[in-house]
Amino acid sequence: MATLEIKDLHVSVATDEGPKEILKGVDLTVKAGETHAIMGPNGSGKSTLSYAVAGHPKYEVTSGSVTLDGVDVLEMSVDERARAGLFLAMQYPVEVPGVSMSNFLRTAATAVRGEAPKLRTWVKEVKAAMGELEIDPSFAERSVNEGFSGGEKKRHEILQLALLNPKIAILDETDSGLDVDALRVVSEGVNRFRASGESGVLLITHYTRILRHITPDFVHVFAGGRIVESGGKELADVLEAEGYVKYAGKQEAASAS
Amino acid sequence: MTVSVDKPVVPESSRADWFTSYDVEAFETPSGREEIWRFTPMKRLAGLHTGAAATGSASVEVDAAPEVRVETVERADARIGQAGVPADRVAAQAYSSFTSATVVTVPGETKASKPTTVTVTGPGAGQVAYGHLQVRAELFAEGVVVLDHRGSGVYADNVEFVLADGAKLTVVSIQDWADDAVHVSAHHAKVGRDALLKHIVVTLGGDVVRVSPTAAFAGPGGEVDLTGLYFADAGQHLEHRTFVDHAQPNCTSNVVYKGALQGDDAHTVWIGDVLIRAAAEGTQTYELNRNLVLTDGARADSVPNLEIETGEIAGAGHASATGRFDDEQLFYLQARGIPEDQARRLVVRGFFHELLMKIDVPEVRERLEAAIEAELAAVGA
Repeated sequence: MATLEIKDLHVSVATDEGPKEILKGVDLTVKAGETHAIMGPNGSGKSTLSYAVAGHPKYEVTSGSVTLDGVDVLEMSVDERARAGLFLAMQYPVEVPGVSMSNFLRTAATAVRGEAPKLRTWVKEVKAAMGELEIDPSFAERSVNEGFSGGEKKRHEILQLALLNPKIAILDETDSGLDVDALRVVSEGVNRFRASGESGVLLITHYTRILRHITPDFVHVFAGGRIVESGGKELADVLEAEGYVKYAGKQEAASAS
Repeated sequence: MTVSVDKPVVPESSRADWFTSYDVEAFETPSGREEIWRFTPMKRLAGLHTGAAATGSASVEVDAAPEVRVETVERADARIGQAGVPADRVAAQAYSSFTSATVVTVPGETKASKPTTVTVTGPGAGQVAYGHLQVRAELFAEGVVVLDHRGSGVYADNVEFVLADGAKLTVVSIQDWADDAVHVSAHHAKVGRDALLKHIVVTLGGDVVRVSPTAAFAGPGGEVDLTGLYFADAGQHLEHRTFVDHAQPNCTSNVVYKGALQGDDAHTVWIGDVLIRAAAEGTQTYELNRNLVLTDGARADSVPNLEIETGEIAGAGHASATGRFDDEQLFYLQARGIPEDQARRLVVRGFFHELLMKIDVPEVRERLEAAIEAELAAVGA
């Protein structure tokens, strides 16, 4: 059973005024079969947590540890982390001009699976996964994320999630910028991924609305670079009603409406 | 990606006023401070600009389509010089120095059944040679000509493209020289009424390579597509100077040059001149240069110059950007498990992809794809 264990994680970013600490001691364990929601006001460091775990070079881990099934993740390069079974669905997926989505998906699947998927079954697999996410087949020949709308980008993040089938998936504000229809499609994709019970999900979000589609087992409130409160899914309802004022020191709604 | 966008420079003197001559003695010996030479490492030109005499000759082999005529002619041949006049001293030196010229003709109302390949092999290390080539596409002719430059030595030449009315000519000029080679080449295209020139320059190998393609329209309705792709390694100087001269109404030009650079003192230069003269109403033109700097110590210069002498144009635009390798693209690909070296290759391949797709000669495209792979593998990028 896969376990992602984050212990006392401190992370800084370089600024013009020198390094600035964003994460100030994060402790979190995500096990296969569990879905954790991390909720928090803007600027609380939620996205920094996801990037730091994925290994973005902009974020420097100053102390603490991250392990996947007991293996030190922080020692791994970005691609090694992905091949070890970590996946980050990004808030702002990057455009890669001139690289077709189909080439990208196959290259990624080959890297993660350790061998090139057999062409015939692969084509079927991709087609089926695209169909489930209501992605038009023509996207396969378009450059990665180039000219995609926000919703199209997010669908493709979940497409990659489905095809790469990681042990632990971090979804960084996957719900942001989605209309009602796209939110449903994307949420269904995440739920299919969860259904096996063999993977863990860390869902980072500002708003509660995605939690009506994807029911979390645990909800953590993130503020000031750490987890300040943890509870079950009922904690989301409290946030929905009260916002983040208690944690952020100012009024900031957690409900979208 | 950090991007610097150069503003179009208003030239000190109009491109319309440039001096041209077939006679090398009509040009002063350049010092290197002149606008047209200021980027070029003159010391590495092996005297091409100071009157170096030919000490050898380049071999020219033509593998022609069956419909295509190939001739070797004397300089007195009336057709020679029709497409344009040298506009710098090295081009004039080449024009004054060549002994015989190769003329390749796609006959009128004929579509060549396969590409014609002209292989130019340099005179050998330490040798200097001059050459002249003319490609003619007669009335409504259609053909593809590949110029393949390889080998060692110092070589300067003029290449002419004469397109009669309604002709369609695709040219791919590959500079894949050995590491010592110096090549200064002036291309002159004269594009007839409703004719179409697709001109693709690919520069990969050589110590100093400077290619100056000039296109002028002989009648209305012509179209010119200038494409360039270059990859500079440590110490290489690769320079491209395009000039589209719009003196006829309702013509179209599109210039897209893209380069990648890696290694210490890799240097590329792109100068893109477009002149829209008063008579050229209804002109549509666009030019773009992009450079991808893969390592520290490499330098790309990029200067678009757009001169417009009439307000009655359909459209004119330009863009130029030089950027570092985009770390966010790399991170994204790596975050999907793709190892760094493979991710870099994907990004660079993607950068050149749209240009490679324009080369509709499959064997040439495959060779260039392989050459780009080799460039990337060479530094383990």
